[in-house]
Amino acid sequence: MTSSDAIVIGGGHNGLVCAALLARAGRKVTVLEAGSETGGAARSEEFSPGFRVSSIAHVLNRLHPDVVASLDLEKHGLQTLVGGGMPSVALSEKGEPLTLRGAYGEVLVGASASEQAAWQELRAQLFRYAGILKPMLSRRPPDLNGMALGETLALGQVALALKRLGKEDMRDFLRVILMNVADLLDEQLEDDRLKGLLAFDATLGSHLGPRSPTSLLGLYYRLAGEAGGLPGAQMMPKGGMGSVVAAIGSAAGAAGVSIRADTVVDKILVENGRAVGVELAGGEQLRAATIVSAINPATTFLDLVGPRELDTGFVRKVSHIRMKGDAAKLHLALDRPPEFLGVDAAGHRGRLVIAPSPNHVERAFNPSKYGEFSPEPVMEITLPSLADSSLAPDGACVLSAVVQYAPYALREGWTKGKPKFQKAILAQLEKFAPGIGKTIRHAELLTPADIEARYRMPGGHWHHGELQADQMLMSRPVFGADGYDTPIAGLYLCGAGSHPGGGVSGAPGLNAARRIIAMKG
Amino acid sequence: MAKAAKKTDTALAARLARQDHFRMLRLGTPFQPRIDALMQTSDWYDWAGYRAPHSVFDEELEYFAIRSQAALFDISPMVKYRIEGKDAEAFLNRVTLRDVRKLNTGRVHYTAWCDDEGHVLDDGTLFRLAAQTFRLCSQERHLPWLLDSAIGYDVKIAEETEEIAGLALQGPTSFAVLHEAGFAGVEKLKVFDLAEFAHDGGKVTISRTGFTGDLGYELFAPAKLALSLWDRLWKAGELRGIRAIGYAALNRARLEAGLIVANADFTTADNALRADRVRMPDEIGLGFMIDLEKGHFNGRNAIIKARASGSMQHVLVGLEVEDNIPAEHAIVYHRKTKEVGLVSAAIWSPTAKRNIALASLSRPYGDEVTDNLWVEIYAMRELKYERMMKRAKIVPRPFVKLARRTANPPGDF
Repeated sequence: MTSSDAIVIGGGHNGLVCAALLARAGRKVTVLEAGSETGGAARSEEFSPGFRVSSIAHVLNRLHPDVVASLDLEKHGLQTLVGGGMPSVALSEKGEPLTLRGAYGEVLVGASASEQAAWQELRAQLFRYAGILKPMLSRRPPDLNGMALGETLALGQVALALKRLGKEDMRDFLRVILMNVADLLDEQLEDDRLKGLLAFDATLGSHLGPRSPTSLLGLYYRLAGEAGGLPGAQMMPKGGMGSVVAAIGSAAGAAGVSIRADTVVDKILVENGRAVGVELAGGEQLRAATIVSAINPATTFLDLVGPRELDTGFVRKVSHIRMKGDAAKLHLALDRPPEFLGVDAAGHRGRLVIAPSPNHVERAFNPSKYGEFSPEPVMEITLPSLADSSLAPDGACVLSAVVQYAPYALREGWTKGKPKFQKAILAQLEKFAPGIGKTIRHAELLTPADIEARYRMPGGHWHHGELQADQMLMSRPVFGADGYDTPIAGLYLCGAGSHPGGGVSGAPGLNAARRIIAMKG
Repeated sequence: MAKAAKKTDTALAARLARQDHFRMLRLGTPFQPRIDALMQTSDWYDWAGYRAPHSVFDEELEYFAIRSQAALFDISPMVKYRIEGKDAEAFLNRVTLRDVRKLNTGRVHYTAWCDDEGHVLDDGTLFRLAAQTFRLCSQERHLPWLLDSAIGYDVKIAEETEEIAGLALQGPTSFAVLHEAGFAGVEKLKVFDLAEFAHDGGKVTISRTGFTGDLGYELFAPAKLALSLWDRLWKAGELRGIRAIGYAALNRARLEAGLIVANADFTTADNALRADRVRMPDEIGLGFMIDLEKGHFNGRNAIIKARASGSMQHVLVGLEVEDNIPAEHAIVYHRKTKEVGLVSAAIWSPTAKRNIALASLSRPYGDEVTDNLWVEIYAMRELKYERMMKRAKIVPRPFVKLARRTANPPGDF
């Protein structure tokens, strides 16, 4: 049965972006989603009666402007950023927090005058350097096997931008690019609270500590994102992350994309080296000339295509992709809003970070190398119901936190370890928001093992593969499948496992759609 | 203190004991006692870590044992893998170039395998011992590659180089020797057939295969049966001119048969350090093995692409060189001026009575341009190189074709 030109496997946000763009280019597209609703790890879900929360991703800071524009997402209900976005607060046990207001600290509140000046200098430099890398996000990685003229020109532009920095800045850019974030911070800043926050942001979502080589890249990746045209800005969309997916879904629907939920793909059908369709769990076969996988690259190749249709070296590379998640997600249903020490009302609506110093983050990371969770975890907390009362019953409050470090392969196993880790997290929270423990009505902790099972993310890794230098650009997910097309003709990748990586950006979906259209796939 | 020192001593002794392998740089094969007893030239070489004879008594006479008598050559060092399981056939079809579905039980075929880029990793022989049991023999070691290739297949792979002893019995009287030795039914074996025979309370697998282009057999048996097998053949061969031979003689015979040797006539992909040294099957005359219709196999995409774009740069040819000086490792020229390739192996062929060579040429030389080729031979003559430019002609392989190799029933003497 040929009912569509293209089949997109997986209705996460990248799958929807890719489907919508292909449909707008005139293709008949079907999205197959294994779960009961689309959105992948960017859904809004009820975790306790009356309490709703963004499932995994809870802060919007990198939805690509080309995605917003090319799908008219604002017309489809995407909430726009007002003002400079929400602040980030570096929490303090002593009740002396530090606040970064505006787009990633346009104004720094709570630090000494000299630290403020040092921060402005460092901030400008971080954005300058992140800006060099930014154009790479919305393009295919450079093709080492011979580039089209357009690609060569684009790469030339990066070189030109580098040159425009001036000699001294260029030298410094090249000096720091693979550095660890802690050393760079120590060069330029004094305040542990600020350094702790930056160290946390640089390592968020990866298996790196601030003193691990290349950890600075994570910070650049974050700062290459933007919201409402403001680099580094962040927001919590009304209705949770699910509302962003709803806007993309609406754009896809308007473009004629048909979406089938509760549809598990068992197999990608390959005939004579070419993908020709998919086989569903029930045995039904759907055929299409173009198959796009928005799901994990290892699952795509090893499970759906299968090693028999691939070369050994390629299978070897795919099975070596590092993707063991190290972050957990905590959802709390609270009787009333918590009070974090020294934080004002505006701060409580922001992003609250427990990462008292780079050393603290490093110490939290250390045990994870040996399969143990952090006894004093670091975390990023939001209280989404403060700005959006629809998320919790009257007077009650939702707390959503990303907590590190929680190694996927916990030595004692997560069945045994989970209650202990939850206790450690709550103890840490209690120090910064005394009394919070007594107000907890319900707690839901998602370890990487839970995330893997619930969201079909192998290793529970929200980037679908560590986002480190060796798994970036043409090495993402692996060389040979880096440009969205794959060794199987007619099969493309469009998920976070592909360049540029994870986060609610839509960039992999966007780049993949452009590639498919260019290849007339 | 004394106790600690003693402890260190014991630890050191234990460590030294573990490192004892360095005292014996080359391992002996299961036939070593017999070969050592016959060895007159002390001419050993290293074959995959084993001490193997380059010659045993006289290179020249050993060659003629292959062509006129029966030659016994120890092939135990050849790397051997046992591949078995429900998916063994499918697995080998994905790894190797030829269609393994067409290889019946009790048959052997010559095949090769490639990496993702379509570059040849090795060539070798594949024995189908049973429907789901195979033996793969090769020059180089490939266990990690085979194991990684097995992801997604129900198959068991084990290296059995050490456990299985191997002998090649080659030459016009080889069948007669086996017959005399009492291997009843061996006359039924056609070229590339194999069968099991009883020996010394165990089994020996005999195949009508070899690396000489002559009538010949290869015998594989568990290492513990090796010496009794040797003795059985030796005794039966007494009146049929059986001789133990070394690699130098075999190398002449294989060249006459036009057979190539990995890492002599081409560089295997895993061994090539320089990007232009790797070869696709078409470039070393193995294109005939490629079956694009059988389903996916390693390197298939790359091979299709290279064939379509005409990007393959090399071609392996057989050469006949004028006069009688072997052109070993000579540079090949077009019109005596333009360098177009290199000779990888060359001898004066006693059987063909021709000066023969294998050479790798850069296209279009060797496929479109085949005339006016020359080889530059340097012959050391009393501390002076005599430089000779000799005309070379591309000729078909094998250089020597013997009816007795395939004759049925095999000739008896």
